[in-house]
Amino acid sequence: MGSISLEHVNKSFGDVQVIPDISLDIKDGEFVVFVGPSGCGKSTLLRLIAGLEDTSSGTILLDGVDMTDAPPARRGLAMVFQSYALYPHMSVRDNIAFPLKMAKLPKEVIDQKVDYAARTLNLSSYLDRRPRALSGGQRQRVAIGRAIVREPKAFLFDEPLSNLDAALRVNMRLEITELHQQLKTTMIYVTHDQVEAMTMADRIVVLNAGNVEQFGSPLDLYKKPANRFVAGFIGSPRMNFVDGAEAAKYDAHSIGVRPEHFVLTRIPAPGSWEGVVSVAEQLGSDTFLHVQVGEFGLMTIRTDGEETFSHGDDVYLTPDATRIYRFDADGKAL
Amino acid sequence: MARKVSTQTRIGFTIGAWVVALLLFSPILWTALTAFKTEAEAIASPPTFWPQTFTLENFSAVQERSDYVKHAINSIIVALGSTLLGLAIGIPAAWAMAFAPTKRTKDVLMWMLSTKMMPAVGVLIPIYLIFRDLRLLDTVHGLTIIMTLINLPIIIWMLYTYFKEIPVDILEAARMDGAELWNEIVHVLVPMAIPGIASTLLLNVILAWNEAFWSITLTSGRAGTLTAFISSFSSPQGLFLAKLSAASLLAIAPILLMGWFSQKQLVRGLTFGAVK
Amino acid sequence: MATQQTNTLARVMMAPAVIVLLIWMIVPLVMTIWFSFQNYSLINPMMTGFAGWANYIYVIGDPSFTQALVNTLLLVGGVLIITVIGGTFIALLLDQPIWGQGILRILVISPFFVMPPVAALIWKNGFLHPGYGMFGHLFKMLGLQPVDWFAQYPLFSIIVIVAWQWLPFATLILLTALQSLSEEQREAAEMDGANAINRFWYIIMPHMARAITIVILIQTIFLLGIFAEIRVTTGGGPGYASTNIAFLVFRTGILSNDIGAGSAGGVVAVIIANIVAFFLMRAVGKNLDA
Repeated sequence: MGSISLEHVNKSFGDVQVIPDISLDIKDGEFVVFVGPSGCGKSTLLRLIAGLEDTSSGTILLDGVDMTDAPPARRGLAMVFQSYALYPHMSVRDNIAFPLKMAKLPKEVIDQKVDYAARTLNLSSYLDRRPRALSGGQRQRVAIGRAIVREPKAFLFDEPLSNLDAALRVNMRLEITELHQQLKTTMIYVTHDQVEAMTMADRIVVLNAGNVEQFGSPLDLYKKPANRFVAGFIGSPRMNFVDGAEAAKYDAHSIGVRPEHFVLTRIPAPGSWEGVVSVAEQLGSDTFLHVQVGEFGLMTIRTDGEETFSHGDDVYLTPDATRIYRFDADGKAL
Repeated sequence: MARKVSTQTRIGFTIGAWVVALLLFSPILWTALTAFKTEAEAIASPPTFWPQTFTLENFSAVQERSDYVKHAINSIIVALGSTLLGLAIGIPAAWAMAFAPTKRTKDVLMWMLSTKMMPAVGVLIPIYLIFRDLRLLDTVHGLTIIMTLINLPIIIWMLYTYFKEIPVDILEAARMDGAELWNEIVHVLVPMAIPGIASTLLLNVILAWNEAFWSITLTSGRAGTLTAFISSFSSPQGLFLAKLSAASLLAIAPILLMGWFSQKQLVRGLTFGAVK
Repeated sequence: MATQQTNTLARVMMAPAVIVLLIWMIVPLVMTIWFSFQNYSLINPMMTGFAGWANYIYVIGDPSFTQALVNTLLLVGGVLIITVIGGTFIALLLDQPIWGQGILRILVISPFFVMPPVAALIWKNGFLHPGYGMFGHLFKMLGLQPVDWFAQYPLFSIIVIVAWQWLPFATLILLTALQSLSEEQREAAEMDGANAINRFWYIIMPHMARAITIVILIQTIFLLGIFAEIRVTTGGGPGYASTNIAFLVFRTGILSNDIGAGSAGGVVAVIIANIVAFFLMRAVGKNLDA
């Protein structure tokens, strides 16, 4: 079991309020991602759940039990750190065994569990090495191994993939998702990368300046962003926003159109916006066009990779009328 | 060091450096050589460089006459005892300041440093009187306490600078893995900081071994350390040069060896981490 | 960044160190100040009671105090000049591409590890003794009258001994600082057309300035307390010719058993050291942002 509830959790460092007031319910077995720009309080929130920081006020319940003041060692959670935080003076085997040794399990049980974890994570042949003799991906696996052996109520991941190169990151992303499907243990995963959030999460918490902007499934967030911040943060490339008279036509303070929701033509169409291609980024499968559209400024358009445009081409953009997001003056979705 | 220089320049610098280094080292070399000469040869004029008759009798004479071994044991007890006691007090304190710093941590560190600046003569008289009243004068444990106190700031400072280099993540990982404070320190912090702790130990043993002010003023025959023992040779000169050299060599040799191993750490320790 | 629990624990862990150092700092110092205003002699038990400023007037008014103060300044200043200039020179030399750098470092650093009484005795008997010291032999070989250094130049002789002990310290620290100067910076200066002398003044010296400051301050703290070297060689004499403040306090308080006057001298020594400490703390403190 591993349900986690935060009730009116507040955290200040001195006079600085990092998290004003957050309430969240994370169900047992869920994969929840905290995502947001740097400094949004997502890591602090994770550390509050871990018990590495204490709350200024509010309650943290694990499986319905109040753990607000319990030290990290007593919470039964496991954490994978951004730096992996492996013990450099211990072999891989001792690293993985450490939480079991702290739990004072008998030696045979420890050996058995460590061997099992090592096999699951393909670490069996590295058990006697020191962490510094391992590659980044292997270190990451050791950190995960150390977390899974103790069968925690929940796993906490603090930007675990940010030190890996791009190719390895995709691999590890899949491995962690698979691990979740296998273990069905609650996982909370902190990242600033919205692609990781979209691909891994059952539900995503979008944080901004310590506030929960929206909590929902990835597609919910994509299709029905609660506000302009979420709309801009989720989706890549990011949504284009238009204010003023054009927005007023839609009875809104501002409107947003995702790069993929345009029809692009070389001749004017009814209701189209006229623009000039500034940069064309050709990825093969897609082409991202950065188009200078009169008073609206620079807009990003996603188009088929087969089409070729170049700097200076005149183009006409027609937003898909059914997929225009409307926002009021406070940025709330209409 | 990838600078390219001509061989002549290199030879020139090498000769210059060796001359300077040997000049600086010559008093030690001279003492070592004299220790193996007979008393007559030691004061012969003109002097001999290499001992003509190589003798070990100075060493046995030193032991017989003044019980060198007893003083050496006192020195070992005081140096090791005060350093271990200092580490026992210093490791928890340095842990606290390195990993749970508060706004006042910096002030506390500076204040600890300031106790080191207090001149010993400023407190000599009260300490002397307190020791007299508590019957601690000329005792090994009394001197060990003083030595612990005067070196504690250096121990804490050195440990603090070494602990600061350990990422706090790793200690937090230990906490998440279920380690209580004791296990966190014993199984994670101390093993990771072993090189730093060893350097701290080494440097403080050296400093305590060579400390002369308190050991001369607070001890005499019974608890005298080697510094006090050697000082007692200040009066009888002349005929004793070879024996004096033998005693000196015995007193400095072990620490010289330790010093050669710890020269890098010495810089950090004595500059309180300001030069690394 | 830690929990309240960790912070509480941290305070408990610091408590022993803070408490013993607090006691160590306050108790004896308060006693010294107290004694300094008392009539207190170990020889004359009749002498008791509040003395007012009498001890201070007695100590400071005595010509021996003025001489000890001058001697202290000469000793500290002399050793500093020798060690900083000599240390810079030797550090620069050792930083050159030379053969046997490792062994040279060991040879040069060695005097620092020689305990003060041994250092003093080696110099006193092996080098400065007019009869069989090395300098005595040297003078005789040159047909000159050997000099009785400790009788004729007592303070100078002590300066030489202390400088020999501290030269390695200055050298080692300056060499460490020198080696932390990046090779690229030197090469960049070379590319910019700076010759050896320019490089020394505009690149190396500014880089070394901080290390030199630290050497000066730390040595000053230790040099103010020079004791064993004097005790073993001249015993402060002849007269007061080689007595510094530290030794004067010892002479007055312990040898002459005048606790009151000795304490007053001790307080003066503390004040002098504090002035130096103030600057050292500022230099070290700057480095402590973490």
